[in-house]
Amino acid sequence: MATDKVIEGAADLANNAKALAAQAEALMAQVNQLAGQLASQAQQSGGGDSFVFFVMIFVLSCFVGYYVVWSVTPALHSPLMSLTNAISSVIIVGALIAAGPADLSLAKVFGFFAVILASVNIFGGFIVSQRMLSMFKKKTN
Amino acid sequence: MSENLSAFAYLIASVCFIMALRGLSSPVTARRGNLLGMAGMTIAIVTTLASPGVMSFTMILIGMLIGGAIGTVVALKIKMTALPELVAAFHSLVGLAAVLVAAAAYYEPQAYGIGVAGNIPIGSLIEMSIGTVIGAVTFTGSIIAFAKLQGTMSGAPVVFAGQHALNALLGLLLFGLIFWFVGDQNAGLFWMIVLLSCLMGVLIIIPIGGADMPVVISMLNSYSGWAACGIGFTLSNPALIVTGALVGSSGAILSYIMCKGMNRSFISVILGGFGTENGGPAAGGEDGDKTVRRGSAADAAFIMKNAGSVIIVPGYGMAVAQAQHALREMCDMLKAEGIKVSYAIHPVAGRMPGHMNVLLAEANVPYDEVFELDSINRDFPSADVAFVIGANDVTNPVAKTDPDSPIYGMPILDVENAGTVLFVKRSLSPGYAGVDNVLFYRDSTMMLFGDAKAMCEGIVNAMDAM
Repeated sequence: MATDKVIEGAADLANNAKALAAQAEALMAQVNQLAGQLASQAQQSGGGDSFVFFVMIFVLSCFVGYYVVWSVTPALHSPLMSLTNAISSVIIVGALIAAGPADLSLAKVFGFFAVILASVNIFGGFIVSQRMLSMFKKKTN
Repeated sequence: MSENLSAFAYLIASVCFIMALRGLSSPVTARRGNLLGMAGMTIAIVTTLASPGVMSFTMILIGMLIGGAIGTVVALKIKMTALPELVAAFHSLVGLAAVLVAAAAYYEPQAYGIGVAGNIPIGSLIEMSIGTVIGAVTFTGSIIAFAKLQGTMSGAPVVFAGQHALNALLGLLLFGLIFWFVGDQNAGLFWMIVLLSCLMGVLIIIPIGGADMPVVISMLNSYSGWAACGIGFTLSNPALIVTGALVGSSGAILSYIMCKGMNRSFISVILGGFGTENGGPAAGGEDGDKTVRRGSAADAAFIMKNAGSVIIVPGYGMAVAQAQHALREMCDMLKAEGIKVSYAIHPVAGRMPGHMNVLLAEANVPYDEVFELDSINRDFPSADVAFVIGANDVTNPVAKTDPDSPIYGMPILDVENAGTVLFVKRSLSPGYAGVDNVLFYRDSTMMLFGDAKAMCEGIVNAMDAM
């Protein structure tokens, strides 16, 4: 008799737990959605300002780039290309963040491959630039 | 690392990159510039690794080791003549990396602080799409450029009816897809954007012929910068935005310089097809008296040995024949005779900007003997010999005299003003522009038919024997 009651109680408990889990899941989903909304709101209100800020950085950098690159001597246009190629691989920072989390995910795999590609470029670009630049010598006499 | 501290570190990295490019204003400061670039990259990487989001380092370390090893070996092994191919291949890697980072941001937006999966803010989605599109176009476009430079694919322009209409249609379709993706955030749509952009990259580059490759490489260089910029906006990372803008404007300026060097508009290069429609000889009138004066290596050696000053005009043919070392040996002998030797480089000589300068530097030619078009052109009238090796179109006076010629208006090296013009060429065939060079038939010209390297060696031997 007693065992029957215990079993019944256990079953009840299990059901309760299941219901609770479902509730928690629903709550999680809500929280998730809210977080997303918050993020998008932040982007639209406060984040909107940071967008303007980044556009300012962008435009000013274009001007800096314009004047700096025009001052590069035509003789060094090839090293300029390989060097810009190397520094544009600073995109590796995005790859590092993607490959950084502790647990495996699709994003981490993408990040891993992006790290490889960007590293090829960083090492290759800087080394080949150095090789080229070390060949440019003045007249020796 | 706190947010302010890392922002500051990224700023330092950006300044390093700017100083790196600034260093290239002279060969004296250039090596220091390159080292600054490395320093900037190290700072950017360490800063990111120290950020709280990065917790596991094994995959990162493995990735950097694999990539670094490949990059190092390739960079150390590559021949300087194959530089354009290498740069094109590197561009494609930046493009693909941009696409992968965008994909990671799409699947794991929390890591970048841009909402949660399936609920990414509209602004970030637009930035992400732009980065993806430019990245994918750079990726496949550079592969095509690589194949054309390598010779795996014919350098001839691939043109077909309705090409531009098709491109425009695909462009519109891409716009529609992005619009849909921003509203729907569907993974399928994301990958469709990637695929379509890859297709666009191929279609944009195939109609552009081999002669326009310097422009294409510069253009792809620029694209890879803009792709990094787009990703920088998505990730709200100032270092990426600054660097992307630097690289983007650098590539754009180089494209502009190359276009000006050929007197072509950027649009006409993009539309492509150059070098096909003018296949036949453009200079038709003087077919009757086309006789050329042929010479041997011994003749050339005799002429140059009796000259007071010689100007060397190298072109892509020199690179193909790997003649730069033999050429330098020849010039050393001339200099030993007390003859003044200088080198004249046209902006579009070779397959990428500045390619000839690197090849000459590799052959130990001091850079202060090498001059650009503007500074050397006035020296041709006082030069006894112009030694043109593997160049053609960039010396053709038709560019000044014949308004109907496809190369009309292109700035040229005035070799016609030199006392004697020696052309080292394999045959009389016209250059890439498909235009016959009227200089070949002048009395003051001597044609030295043969391989550029063999010819230089022949001249060296002949001078030895004298």
